[in-house]
Amino acid sequence: MTDNGNDLSIPVNENDHIQGNPDAPLVLVEYGDYECIHCRRAYPVIKKLQRHLGDDLCFVFRNFPLGQSHPHAQHAAEASEIADQAGKFWEYHDHLYEHQEALDDASLQAYAEQFGIAAAEFSGSLENEEFRDKVQKSFLSGVESGVNGTPSFFVNGSRYDGDWEYEPFIAYLSSLK
Amino acid sequence: MSNILTAGTKAPDFNLQSTAGTSAGDAGEMIKLSDLRGKNVVLAFYPADWSAVCGDQLALYNELIPMFDQLDAQLIGISVDSAFCHQAFREDRNYKISLLADFEPKGEVARQYGVYRDQDGFTERALFVIDAEGTIRWSYLSPMDVNPGANHILEALKEIKEGVQHD
Repeated sequence: MTDNGNDLSIPVNENDHIQGNPDAPLVLVEYGDYECIHCRRAYPVIKKLQRHLGDDLCFVFRNFPLGQSHPHAQHAAEASEIADQAGKFWEYHDHLYEHQEALDDASLQAYAEQFGIAAAEFSGSLENEEFRDKVQKSFLSGVESGVNGTPSFFVNGSRYDGDWEYEPFIAYLSSLK
Repeated sequence: MSNILTAGTKAPDFNLQSTAGTSAGDAGEMIKLSDLRGKNVVLAFYPADWSAVCGDQLALYNELIPMFDQLDAQLIGISVDSAFCHQAFREDRNYKISLLADFEPKGEVARQYGVYRDQDGFTERALFVIDAEGTIRWSYLSPMDVNPGANHILEALKEIKEGVQHD
């Protein structure tokens, strides 16, 4: 009956947060949670992969907040979408991973202000749950694709179950080029 | 090699402790599979409380309780750990899902489902979707070190809801 594979239920598209060459031979999708310590550990690994692979790598980040385990994760994800609306998604994404110790609402707002997003606009958007559905859709697309925890990685559409420390990850990605 | 029960098989009944009592010798609450007839049950056998992959796997299922509810399903974790161990683990991780203790005789239920590892003394990482009549509709044996996620569980539950039959 069921195909037991684990492939992206929604292919990478123009609504995604995309960094790097969109036509790259390697497309790496991360489902991540800003409060997850393992995602924090993966953050510099991804940066290093991007530096070494250059135009051969396209990186996509999709929100997957585990709200039952991480009390700030849902708002952090929604906040990143507010930043995206202001054209500051990646700056904000990076900032959250670099300041993971403080992700309460006041901190999220203070970070947004640093990127030129007005406090009232930010807090109104968060209170009105403007991006709750978008984050929820991202979460569901992850569940349907076989996300099994955070971070979960998909390489060229299929879940990567291997080791994501730098050396094994770059070796695997390089083998696909 | 495990001889995991497959789709179409009647799910063996069991009656296992789901919460620790106040002291050893106090049985605590029990969950009997046949008492859950009328709703779908997802049985998630996992090797051990506290181990890394299991923790992630159960954390994900804990997030998905509303989705399981929508599909008329209750997800239950099961391992050979004792009810006291489960209680500490659930409290530490803030889990709302039930965890059953297949503790005495050790692994007896896992053996009936074909997912006990004699060589290790714990269970395989295995999933069963059981329908409202108590019939297994889907089962899956995961590699021990791979967290199987939830997508195929949800697909199986959706098929039950849509009335899809497989021979």
